[in-house]
Amino acid sequence: MCAMTSAQRVFTTLSHQEPDRVPLALNLVLRGARELGLGMRDYFSDPTHVVEAQLRLQRRFGSDVLFGFFHAALEYEAWGGEVVFTEDGPPNSGEPVLGPDQSLSTLQVPDLAGSPELLKVLRAIETMKARVGDEVPILGVALSPFSLPVLQLGFDRYMDLLLSDREEFWPLMAKNIAFCQAWANAQLAAGASAIVYFDPLASPTMIPRSLYLETGFQIAKQTFAGLKGPTVTLLASGRTLGVLDDLAATGTLGVGVSCHEDMAQAKTVCRGRLTMIGNLNGLDMIRWTQAQAEEAVKDAVAKAAPGGGFILCDTHGEIPLDVPDDTLLAIAEAVQEWGRYPLQRAPVHA
Amino acid sequence: MDSRTLQFEEALLSMDRLRCQTLLQEAMADEGGLAGVEKVVGPSLARIGDRWEAGELALTQVYMGGRICEDLLGEFCPAESPQAVGGPRIGVAVLLDHHQLGKRIVTSALRAGGFRVLDFGQGLEPRELARRVQREPVAILMVSVLMFNSALHIRDLRKELGEGPDRPRLVVGGAPFRFNPALWQEVGADAVGHTGVDAVMIAQRILEETCAQ
Repeated sequence: MCAMTSAQRVFTTLSHQEPDRVPLALNLVLRGARELGLGMRDYFSDPTHVVEAQLRLQRRFGSDVLFGFFHAALEYEAWGGEVVFTEDGPPNSGEPVLGPDQSLSTLQVPDLAGSPELLKVLRAIETMKARVGDEVPILGVALSPFSLPVLQLGFDRYMDLLLSDREEFWPLMAKNIAFCQAWANAQLAAGASAIVYFDPLASPTMIPRSLYLETGFQIAKQTFAGLKGPTVTLLASGRTLGVLDDLAATGTLGVGVSCHEDMAQAKTVCRGRLTMIGNLNGLDMIRWTQAQAEEAVKDAVAKAAPGGGFILCDTHGEIPLDVPDDTLLAIAEAVQEWGRYPLQRAPVHA
Repeated sequence: MDSRTLQFEEALLSMDRLRCQTLLQEAMADEGGLAGVEKVVGPSLARIGDRWEAGELALTQVYMGGRICEDLLGEFCPAESPQAVGGPRIGVAVLLDHHQLGKRIVTSALRAGGFRVLDFGQGLEPRELARRVQREPVAILMVSVLMFNSALHIRDLRKELGEGPDRPRLVVGGAPFRFNPALWQEVGADAVGHTGVDAVMIAQRILEETCAQ
């Protein structure tokens, strides 16, 4: 088979066909700051920094996607939260947007044009698109309307709302859906090929499936109906097996599978319906030898790659800075060696 | 596991506070006081924690179960009772992050287990937390983190707490420790726990060891 571009590789696997090899998606957003020798605040202050660093890292480690993502706290900031910067990790969200005595009705849907930090992300995506054209897919990211209230209200207050005050819950969801659609569509318009819908609360690790079906599932379907492009859904590191059928029914194209789950078992549910994204353990990766990195890639490929519908990725959404470059290079080499179709190794079935 | 404990567990999972209250009242009547409550609450929370670890239950169910137990114990075990005022204090805190779910679950489980808990809050720098502990000493300090880089700062906290004989034992928990099983030792903690029930068992073990010394 002739070598494909990264975009051809990714879209072929998303359509459940076998490309020339398994696509690799490495989340190296923070490493960009180190690449340019900048502090986190400086790095994210200028979209040209992010573009330059991400393009360099994408080429060095052979990633098949570019992330137009800065950090999750940006959306929280747009709603009125205060971002906490550290030099050794991702910018983090501080106290909940609303204080304990503040009414939900005081939350106003942010205007994108009035959110300078979000506009920087859009500029970064536009510049990436201008640089790579249609060769490399660019992923935008949006927090789900269902999971965002953990940052807006804090977990305690949100649980009370979700479990016992649906009259207040649904109006908040209406605001969050409006924002999520506007934000995701702006990223698609800027050049993102697809949106990563980040929905940690949807995982059965976090809430029972019955509650998800009443709430987060309906919200995802409603949100996706207003998007002008495709989505893949990540549940952070939470389990997915109990809701894979439901996630497929939302219309999303792919799902991030937890490193605590068996890829072969997930493949039996996902085959032909959902592209599996995962499931390398980014935190364990810190201690991997190059041989362990190769073995992890071989194992994931054997279980999830047959028939396409698989993107090799970490399971958390950001590979820690402490993971050595040599480990990432070993992963990239292993996917070149063991991820080529037709696969060399016998597939592993559940 | 007796049938009342199983019924209590089911009532917790259904968030049926009234049913939980009735079952505890029956247990107190049968056992002649708070021993009845202890016989039901601890094992129920332990089973719920185990079932979450096994992927059978969701974290919200663990959280709400702990909250109901904490609430009912406040009712059955008033502030002036021996369970509420005796024994060493256990500190809980979130280092650097502001995500309080883990701390809330641990606090509920410890209180339901009869421990005195001092909540130092969240978003704390290592030095700031160590100073607060010096001002308000605790026998055990349980620290929750969400982010990996926050977990690495446990090392700084451990250093700030010093090496004296009165140093609180440092117990850690949170997502980074679930995904990297050796991390708690690498950052110098004395123990790691993954559930509220782990926190109770670790606290009991540490306090027994301390008494034996």
